[in-house]
Amino acid sequence: MFARGLKRKCVGHEEDVEGALAGLKTMSSYSLQRQSLLDMSLVKLQLCHMLVEPNLCRSVLIANTVRQIQEEMTQDGTWRAVAPQAAGRAPLDRLVSTEILCRAAWEQEGARPAPGLGDGHTQGPVSDLCPVTSAQAPRHPQSSVWEMDGPRENRGSFHKSLDQIFETLETKNPSCMEELFSDVDSPYYDLDTVLTGMMGGTRPGPCEGLEGLAPATPGPSSSCKSDLGELDHVVEILVET
Amino acid sequence: MDLMVEATPRRVFANAHTYHINSISVNSDYETYMSADDLRINLWNFEITNQSFNIVDIKPANMEELTEVITAAEFHPHHCNTFVYSSSKGTIRLCDMRASALCDRHTKFFEEPEDPSNRSFFSEIISSISDVKFSHSGRYIMTRDYLTVKVWDLNMENRPIETYQVHDYLRSKLCSLYENECIFDKFECVWNGSDSVIMTGSYNNFFRMFDRNTKRDVTLEASRENSKPRAILNPRKVCVGGKRRKDEISVDSLDFSKKILHTAWHPSENIIAVAATNNLYIFQDKVN
Repeated sequence: MFARGLKRKCVGHEEDVEGALAGLKTMSSYSLQRQSLLDMSLVKLQLCHMLVEPNLCRSVLIANTVRQIQEEMTQDGTWRAVAPQAAGRAPLDRLVSTEILCRAAWEQEGARPAPGLGDGHTQGPVSDLCPVTSAQAPRHPQSSVWEMDGPRENRGSFHKSLDQIFETLETKNPSCMEELFSDVDSPYYDLDTVLTGMMGGTRPGPCEGLEGLAPATPGPSSSCKSDLGELDHVVEILVET
Repeated sequence: MDLMVEATPRRVFANAHTYHINSISVNSDYETYMSADDLRINLWNFEITNQSFNIVDIKPANMEELTEVITAAEFHPHHCNTFVYSSSKGTIRLCDMRASALCDRHTKFFEEPEDPSNRSFFSEIISSISDVKFSHSGRYIMTRDYLTVKVWDLNMENRPIETYQVHDYLRSKLCSLYENECIFDKFECVWNGSDSVIMTGSYNNFFRMFDRNTKRDVTLEASRENSKPRAILNPRKVCVGGKRRKDEISVDSLDFSKKILHTAWHPSENIIAVAATNNLYIFQDKVN
């Protein structure tokens, strides 16, 4: 992309081209896909408390996936390489943006997970947080996500957000989930909408070209309502026989 | 006159679970049963509603270390001291309650080694077992994970004796299915009365049957449009690529909101029940 049509004016430019190409190599297609998957997973973890029923199994599986990606990225050294030059400033921006994301989600009682949540999310990958949190040496990244109690001041804002999310996983107050949403019948569609909105159109997502697999109907709620009449009919038949 | 069907509980057992209950299994002694949640399994006596015994507890002392949860559990059909439980990492543990009060140690541990050629970031998620069922004979267990059904011999822990592909055409779509959450769908599986046929659900209101002896399999559809009472179900086929035949359906046309998660097979007759969203279908062998 950089090499085509570039006129070589002097030696300095040539070096720039090589540098740019080298930068491109590190962000290969696989890395991009992996990064997108990581971002998607982190969003899923943050939104898990907004689902009808917080699901511990699902959260564990997603967290394990995130951990796996992080480990692989640590091994091939791309973990820290992703952070931009101004390492001090940029991760802090992303820390703030993630916290805004979570706070906005919790405080909007009665609000749906709207694409507007994406407004607080900066362009850069959320994973840039992790160089900050992994600086807390003994802690494995994202190790504290399941903890339900205890002070959390030592951890980065990222952990704090996840901790507060997972507080809802113990079924203490299932009714508070219902308070947040009036219509809870179509979580899949909403999550898909949010994810699509969050990832934006600028970057190809890992599932590009496979959008046809999204559920064909807008959500189970509409079909459920139309079938209620049929259900009554079926029940009548059962009882009569 | 409107007919109302109302269910009322005959007995209520005190709350002994912090996490979501995924399984209940009645013991062969008909005196006890167990209930399993994500991290614990409790044993109950039918006559005692305010007390239960905890027999499995995998909650780590430090919740930061949680990486695995219990996904299903079932008692052995004949040995009232034996049960199995499956995990989100694709493992099955068989426990004997005679060994100790708290079954922290399993008697047997079933796990298939990972296939390195199929490894992806979704490997663990699709290996998570959504259902585990003993055969009627008690000699085998069947497990359902996202793409397959596996049959295990109780005497062989290192791999299943049979593996059936339920909808392998989804393997290349895992990322999309992760995105739209379908990858977390939990399908059940069932044995027929003689343990010769196994059945499980899929998407698009399809369900699949596998004959363990003839190795034949069939895909059927539970939908109002395609079946009138007494009509014979036509086998369905999913086209994975290339030319699509007339009554085949292509992978990209599958309706992922129409999933058959729950099925049941009569213990002795060839009668099956299939739950498709909010409709219940009952099918039987054609009568001549």
